[in-house]
Amino acid sequence: MSPATARPLAIEPATRQEPPAGDIAAPEVPAVKAEIRNVSFFYGKFQALKEISLPLYDRNVTAFIGPSGCGKSTLLRVLNRIYELYPGHVATGEVLVDGENILDPGLDLNRLRARIGMVFQKPTPFPMSVYENIAFGVRLYERLPKSELDDRVESALRRAALWDEVRDKLRQSGLRLSGGQQQRLCIARAVAIEPEILLLDEPASALDPISTQRIEELIAELKTDYCIAMVTHNMQQAARSSDYTAFLYSGELVEFDETERIFTHPTKRRTEDYITGRFG
Amino acid sequence: MDLYARRRIINLAVMGLSALATAFGLLWLALVLCTLLANGIAAIGPALFTQTTPPPGSTGGLANAIFGTVAMTVLATLIGTPTGILAGTFLAEYARDSRFGEVVRFVNDILLSAPSIIIGLFVYEAMVVHMGHFSAWAGAVALAIIMVPVVVRTTEDMLRLVPDSLREAAAALGAPRWKVIVLVAYRAAVQGMLTGVLLAVARISGETAPLLFTALNNQFWSADLNAPMANLPVVIFQFAMSPYADWQTLAWGGALLITAAILVLSITARVLASWSSFKQ
Repeated sequence: MSPATARPLAIEPATRQEPPAGDIAAPEVPAVKAEIRNVSFFYGKFQALKEISLPLYDRNVTAFIGPSGCGKSTLLRVLNRIYELYPGHVATGEVLVDGENILDPGLDLNRLRARIGMVFQKPTPFPMSVYENIAFGVRLYERLPKSELDDRVESALRRAALWDEVRDKLRQSGLRLSGGQQQRLCIARAVAIEPEILLLDEPASALDPISTQRIEELIAELKTDYCIAMVTHNMQQAARSSDYTAFLYSGELVEFDETERIFTHPTKRRTEDYITGRFG
Repeated sequence: MDLYARRRIINLAVMGLSALATAFGLLWLALVLCTLLANGIAAIGPALFTQTTPPPGSTGGLANAIFGTVAMTVLATLIGTPTGILAGTFLAEYARDSRFGEVVRFVNDILLSAPSIIIGLFVYEAMVVHMGHFSAWAGAVALAIIMVPVVVRTTEDMLRLVPDSLREAAAALGAPRWKVIVLVAYRAAVQGMLTGVLLAVARISGETAPLLFTALNNQFWSADLNAPMANLPVVIFQFAMSPYADWQTLAWGGALLITAAILVLSITARVLASWSSFKQ
């Protein structure tokens, strides 16, 4: 399939980003936080993403769905340039966050990652205490007196709905929490440095159903403050938790729309086949 | 004979052979320890630690040799540990897939298996000849050279066991690379790295050949690092080969002392290692 067939769909939502002035009947259109423009990605010679364009709306959850290897995680990893840890990984195109192209080679990566937080598929608590896990990120940017740091740790843990479970275990190793708690600890750690965008890479796929539900509730709460982009394998999760959905297939953006419309009236045959479970 | 009976018999036979091989190996260790205890225990007493090596026929101890071994081992550890850890960090974190890293790794492996007498000769040529006399410094440098490749190897191995997801998580918070390494990777690998250092210390504290060419020996108390210094391995070598019974007893005592010290170091290393795997 040529990129040309995918592109009109990719551009389509961009026409919705400008709220029509004065039109009272128009539905409320959220502000665009980030604009992905013609992003391609290469693992060495292999092209994993082909000219992807789509917006990420502020205070909304955008889900990236698609079969394994379609490039959805790759797209997420472009957004904080974490791929640059590995030689031979190259992204082209533009990602405008508040108008600033974050793929600009001159950009300070550490500053970028302070603005764009990420939570991974497998919980990644650092081998240190629950408290230190959160304080680690805060200390990278601020030198706070102990009492203020305590407050920051507490509010981050509260934000991640973890405080009540760990308030007596702050000095315990983060590795001793359960999987679901570890993942919420990682979310708390990301939230503690007050990013603008949160990237969630299959945040619940390694968790049991109850922990998954807690994470989804958490996502619903967090989106009141953040622009969230989430990769998920789980159709129901995308339908439940996201406001917008992008369907990727072998490196191309097949369809991007409001989640409700994607799941009820997909315009592309392949989207329909995928969400109804005919493949993938 | 049916299949399952045959498997049981083969299983028993292999188990038996393995047990025999283990017993054979342990037998020699037990014999060495028993001989050392039987012959060396007579020399163990306060005098061993308070008096210097005597001339034949009079009483004395090993105070100067014990001091020399401890001093040179500590010096060598102070030189070898930072060097080894930094080089191991370079290999694991910065040069993982580079050509240069491969070359360094290969050279390090050669150094790891180099006979210690060669290293003694090298330091003799490089330091002793130029200084014009044997010295404790030269001995410490020779021991450090033996220590470095061990520490490099264990540091690299331990850092490679730290999952990349942990590095990604730290980088995603905006931590600069050196902080990712020092605050997260080291933290995850510290027990293993410490174990490596302890094993290296155990290895060098019993080395004889490199000291013969460098620190030589000293019959008197000397804390001068620029002069020849007594040390347990060389004293054992000299006294054990002598025709004097009291010297031979002291040699047994020294051998028992060194063995006990190495045993304690190794057990500490094992405890540290198992403690770390318990914590994961």
